[in-house]
Amino acid sequence: MLEVNNVYKSFGEFQVLKGISTFFEKGKTSMIIGQSGSGKTVLMKSMLGLFNPDKGNISYDGRIFMDMKENDKREIRKEIGMVFQGSALYDSLTVEENVMFPLRMFTDENKSDMLDRVNAVLQRVNLNEKNKLFPSELSGGMKKRVAIARAIVMNPTYLFCDEPNSGLDPKTSIVIDNLIQEITQEYEMITVINSHDMNSVMEIGDKIVFLKNGLKAWEGTKDEIFLTENETIVDFVYSSNLYKKVREAYLKGF
Amino acid sequence: MNYLHHIGAYFLMLREVFKKPQKWKVFWDLFLREVDDLGLKSLGIVAFISFFVGGVVSIQTALNIDSPFIPRYLIGFATMRSVILEFAPTFISVILAGKVGSFITSSIGTMRVTEQIDALEIMGINSINYLVLPKVIAALLFYPILLAMAMFLGILGGWAAGILTDLFFTEDYLYGIQLDFNPYLIQYSFIKTTVFAFVIVTIPAYHGHKVEGGALEVGRASTKAVVWTSVVIILLNYFLTQMLLG
Ligand SMILES: Nc1ncnc2c1ncn2[C@@H]1O[C@H](COP(=O)(O)OP(=O)(O)O)[C@@H](O)[C@H]1O
Ligand SMILES: [Mg+2]
Repeated sequence: MLEVNNVYKSFGEFQVLKGISTFFEKGKTSMIIGQSGSGKTVLMKSMLGLFNPDKGNISYDGRIFMDMKENDKREIRKEIGMVFQGSALYDSLTVEENVMFPLRMFTDENKSDMLDRVNAVLQRVNLNEKNKLFPSELSGGMKKRVAIARAIVMNPTYLFCDEPNSGLDPKTSIVIDNLIQEITQEYEMITVINSHDMNSVMEIGDKIVFLKNGLKAWEGTKDEIFLTENETIVDFVYSSNLYKKVREAYLKGF
Repeated sequence: MNYLHHIGAYFLMLREVFKKPQKWKVFWDLFLREVDDLGLKSLGIVAFISFFVGGVVSIQTALNIDSPFIPRYLIGFATMRSVILEFAPTFISVILAGKVGSFITSSIGTMRVTEQIDALEIMGINSINYLVLPKVIAALLFYPILLAMAMFLGILGGWAAGILTDLFFTEDYLYGIQLDFNPYLIQYSFIKTTVFAFVIVTIPAYHGHKVEGGALEVGRASTKAVVWTSVVIILLNYFLTQMLLG
């Protein structure tokens, strides 16, 4: 279990996170939602140790990240995969080299074993025969697939995705969402996804944490989100008319 | 205050640069890539500039000493000294600060704003060490080679210009460049170039690594990096000259 305990983070005078606590479980796709600028990325980067929280801590299955020495942190990092908002593929490396990168850096496998592993994960994300292309030659959806392949190539225990759908068309978004959910179940990972896309939330949100004004304003499952009377979340989720209608229908019991 | 902050942060960065690479094999690949990007790709411009600047120096010298009492071999002597002492090490370094410096800042800065640096850090890779050390080593090893070439081509350019314009004879020039030969001056020049090579990589790397924002900020950082690198080269040139020759 991945636990977030009372995390605070400010930039100068500006308080972004004002005491966030929650937890994420194995084999589930958990989502952090909230408006643009609500602090989703800051929370995720705090969990990953890219920012040091001002207060509070993060526990990776009982291991308190902040208290650890740099070397022990490195061990945990090998159990973490991350898909960045803009994919963050290394421009100067090909698709194959990007996915192989963590293996080259952290294992002593020989080249052909590494290649087998790379091809297996590229196959898993349904990206074939693109091995020798550079990131600049790929579409947004393909880049996301490569980023996912790179994130899972080390068999991580924890997978983080920052807005995996940003910049993708609705159809590709759903494909990527489902891919993340399937992989989470297959690999039994603890997956945390930042999103403001309500489609994804309804599709794959096993657990949903709603951030507003630096606080956790609501938490629950995708089914509970239909039933909640909590005004802030109703206001956020049902800002689109389509979802208003869906909710009415759902409450009437179809 | 602000300057002190940056100077402090720069030296903190250097401490990370000189840590042991996490994986030598990966380091070696990066090093070879940097030799190509920072060194081989600068050969052309360095050769071109050295040759023509050498030519201009010898023509200028010849035109300025038109007294019959001054021997013509002094043209060769003056060209040799100017090229070795200043034009090859300093002039070329300032050119490289522009060419290589902006390349380093924009490539590292782009990696920063597109989260590629975060992607390294998340894996537990020391991004400064990973990105900057191969560049530093490549520059330290390769720039002395560029310098040697610049010296040779500068002097060659000086000779070619004089012969083409009929300002002196080859024998005078050859006599002049060998006159009062002092190997310490060459050493001085190599010391300067090594220091400048270090500056040309590390100052732009510092500016690139700390970029925040987007493409516009990367552009601004590149400009700033080139300006600061050039200023530091000129200042260090002054102090090194005073220390080594003064
Ligand atoms: N490195 C930083 N320095 C200063 N402010 C930051 C930094 N990163 C994020 N912020 C601010 O924190 C707030 C939350 O940002 P972010 O977590 O990126 O939001 P989002 O929910 O869209 O991911 C924003 O107001 C942003 O300007
Ligand atoms: Mg964000």
